[in-house]
Amino acid sequence: MTSVPSPEVLRAPLVVEFPFTRSLGPVQSAFLTGLRERTVLGVRTGDGRTLVPPVEYDPVTAEEIRDLVEVAATGTVTTWAWNHEPRRGQPLDTPFAWVLVRLDGADTALLHALDAPGPDAVRSGMRVRVRWAAERVGAITDIACFEPYEGEAAQAGTAPHTGAFDDPVTGIVAAARLDYTYAPGRAQSAYIHALSDRRTVGERCPSCRKVYVPPRGACPTCGVATAERVEVGPRGTVTTYCIVNIKAKNLDIEVPYVYAHIALDGADLALHARIAGIPYDEVRMGLRVEPVWTEGGRYPDHYRPTGEPDADYDTYKELV
Amino acid sequence: MAPHERRQVAVVAFGQSDHLRTTDELSEVEMLMPVLHEVLAATGLKTSDIGFTCSGSSDYLAGRAFSFTMALDGVGAWPPISESHVEMDGAWALYEAWVKLQTGEADTALVYSYGKSSPGSVRDVLTRQLDPYYVAPLWPDSVALAALQAQALIDAGETDEPALAGVASRSRTAAAANPHAQLKGPVAQGEYAVRPLRTGDCPPVGDGAAAVILAAGERARELCERPAWIRGIDHRIEAHGLGVRDLTDSPSTRLAAERAGVFERPVDTAELHAPFTSQEVVLRKALSLADDVAVNPSGGALAANPMMAAGLIRIGEAAARIHRGDSDRAVAHATSGPCLQQNLVAVLEGETRV
Repeated sequence: MTSVPSPEVLRAPLVVEFPFTRSLGPVQSAFLTGLRERTVLGVRTGDGRTLVPPVEYDPVTAEEIRDLVEVAATGTVTTWAWNHEPRRGQPLDTPFAWVLVRLDGADTALLHALDAPGPDAVRSGMRVRVRWAAERVGAITDIACFEPYEGEAAQAGTAPHTGAFDDPVTGIVAAARLDYTYAPGRAQSAYIHALSDRRTVGERCPSCRKVYVPPRGACPTCGVATAERVEVGPRGTVTTYCIVNIKAKNLDIEVPYVYAHIALDGADLALHARIAGIPYDEVRMGLRVEPVWTEGGRYPDHYRPTGEPDADYDTYKELV
Repeated sequence: MAPHERRQVAVVAFGQSDHLRTTDELSEVEMLMPVLHEVLAATGLKTSDIGFTCSGSSDYLAGRAFSFTMALDGVGAWPPISESHVEMDGAWALYEAWVKLQTGEADTALVYSYGKSSPGSVRDVLTRQLDPYYVAPLWPDSVALAALQAQALIDAGETDEPALAGVASRSRTAAAANPHAQLKGPVAQGEYAVRPLRTGDCPPVGDGAAAVILAAGERARELCERPAWIRGIDHRIEAHGLGVRDLTDSPSTRLAAERAGVFERPVDTAELHAPFTSQEVVLRKALSLADDVAVNPSGGALAANPMMAAGLIRIGEAAARIHRGDSDRAVAHATSGPCLQQNLVAVLEGETRV
C-alpha cells in the first residue's frame, strides 16, 4: 500500500450556460406580446378574479382559463424589499426595491423591480407605474422596472381583450448562466495529478479488492471508501470499441476513428480512450495498447498498439 | 388510506455530516459516505440488506447533469438495487420511501440527501427553480424573495425586526449544543442583506449530507430501541405565482399538518425547516404551536442549511430526540421552493416508556 500525501485539491472554473428555448401557450403568448405593445393583460378566473401575470389554469380550481382583460400600467406595491447590491441579470444595476405590484384592475401581484432613490422612498401601499423598456421583444423584461407614480389609475377598471396582436410572440429564449468553481474531490484530484505526471492511478476497494480507475473514492459494489492508491498500466487491453464516423464540432480528429474501452494492466474497470496508430478497421478486442502523450499534455492524447500479441479473451472477459 | 390500514413505519437511525462552508477536498460521494456508514452501523444493516434506497439532491447545485448517479457509488449500487431519486430535499425522498414501505415491497429503506452549495452561488442557482416565463428572467435571488415575505409579515403586524433577531439568537444559541451545526452560539444580526432581512436572519451557505433508515413494524423494533414512528406524513404545494399567495400565511403547511394528524394531540418538539427567521413566524402560526413547544432545539436551518438535506435533517433531528427519549411526540417540517412554496409535515412518536 502506498501512502502518498493528498496532493493539493484541484479547482477549476465551470460555467454552465444554456439558452432554454420555451414555447408559450395562448395566454402567456398574449401577455408577453402585449408587453411588447405596452399593453398589460390579465386573465379572469371563474369566480371573477383577475390574475396578473396571467396563467392558463386557475391556481385554485385548476380550471382552464382564457378570458383576457386589459389592466392598467399603474398599481400599488403590496410588499417590497430593498436590494442595495444588485446581482448579475437583475433588472437594474443601481440599488432598487424588489416589489410585488398589484396593477389597477388586478387581484394578484406581479414581481418586478422598482427604481427608487432609497429605501425611505418605498413603502407598501405606494403607487407605482410601469416604465417600459426602450426596446421590447415580448418578454417580462419589456417592463424595464416600475417607478413611483403619484396619481390615479391610468385607466378605470378592466376591459375585455381578444389577446390578438399582429405578429404574436410564440416563444422565449430564457438565457441561463451559472458560474461554479469545480473541485473534483480527493480521489479524482489524485488521479488528475498523477496523469499530468504521466502515471495512471486507481484505488483498491478494501473489501472486494477491485481496483477502480479513474477512482471516485467509493466502491460501487461494496459502498465503501476506496483509499489504497494503486498505479495501473501504462499498458492495457482493448475490451470493446466502436468506430466513430461523425465529426464532432470543434474536435480536430479525422473520421473515422476508434473509441475503445481499455482495461489497463492491474485495473478492474475499463476506461475509455481513442485508439490511433493503426488503421481503424484493424482495431480488435484483445489488442494491446499503450498511452501516447503529446508535448505538455496533461492526459494521454490517445492509445496506440504496443506490438505485443493480442491478449487472450479469458484475461479480460470480466471487464467487457 | 385510513391510518389503521397503514403499515407502521419508523425512523430507526439518523446521521448527518458536520456542515461546513466549503468541502473542496471532498466529492459529493466522499462527503456522503461516512454518513451512510453511520446509519448502517447504528442498525447493523449492510447495504445489501436495504430494501429500498431513495435520495434527494440537485444537479443545479453540482452544475452537472445526473450528478446523483455519482453519489450512488456510496451505497453499493451493484449488483442492482431498488433505488429512486428526487430532485429536491431528501424529506421528499423520505416520503417516497415511506410510500414504498406502505406497498409492502420493502421492510427497510435508506434515505439520504446531500448538497454542496460551495461550488456555486446558491442565491443565483435557486433563481433557476422559479417560473421561467415571468420570474426567472429577472433573477430575483432567494434572499430577496424571503425579504419580500418578511416585509409582508412586518406590514401585517405579525413580526418586527427585533422579533426576527430573537428567532436568530434563539436558534444559534440552541445550535451551540449541536456538534454538526455550521453557525453556533450568538451571531451578530449584521447589515441588511436585502432589507428587511439582515445577514443574521439568513441561513449559512454550506455543504452537508444526511441519511435516515426507515423500517416497518417489528423490523423497526429489532433495529432500534425506541423507534420514532411516523404517525402521519403529508406534503402540499401552493400556487407558483408569488403574487397569487398570501405570503404571511402557509395554508399548505396547515393542510399537510392537518392530514398528518399534527392537531390531534399536542407536540413537545417542532423541527421546522425555516431557512429565514421570518419563515419561522409563518410556520409557527400555520402549525398553531404552543409556547411551550421546543422549536428547533438543533438550531434549525439558521444554524446549518445544506441545500437538499436541511429538510431531511429536520425529520432526523426530531426522530433522534425521540430515540434519545427527549421527545415523545414531535412535528417535523421541510420546505422547498421560494417563500415556503412546498411544505412537508410529519408527526413522529415514541412509544410510552415504562
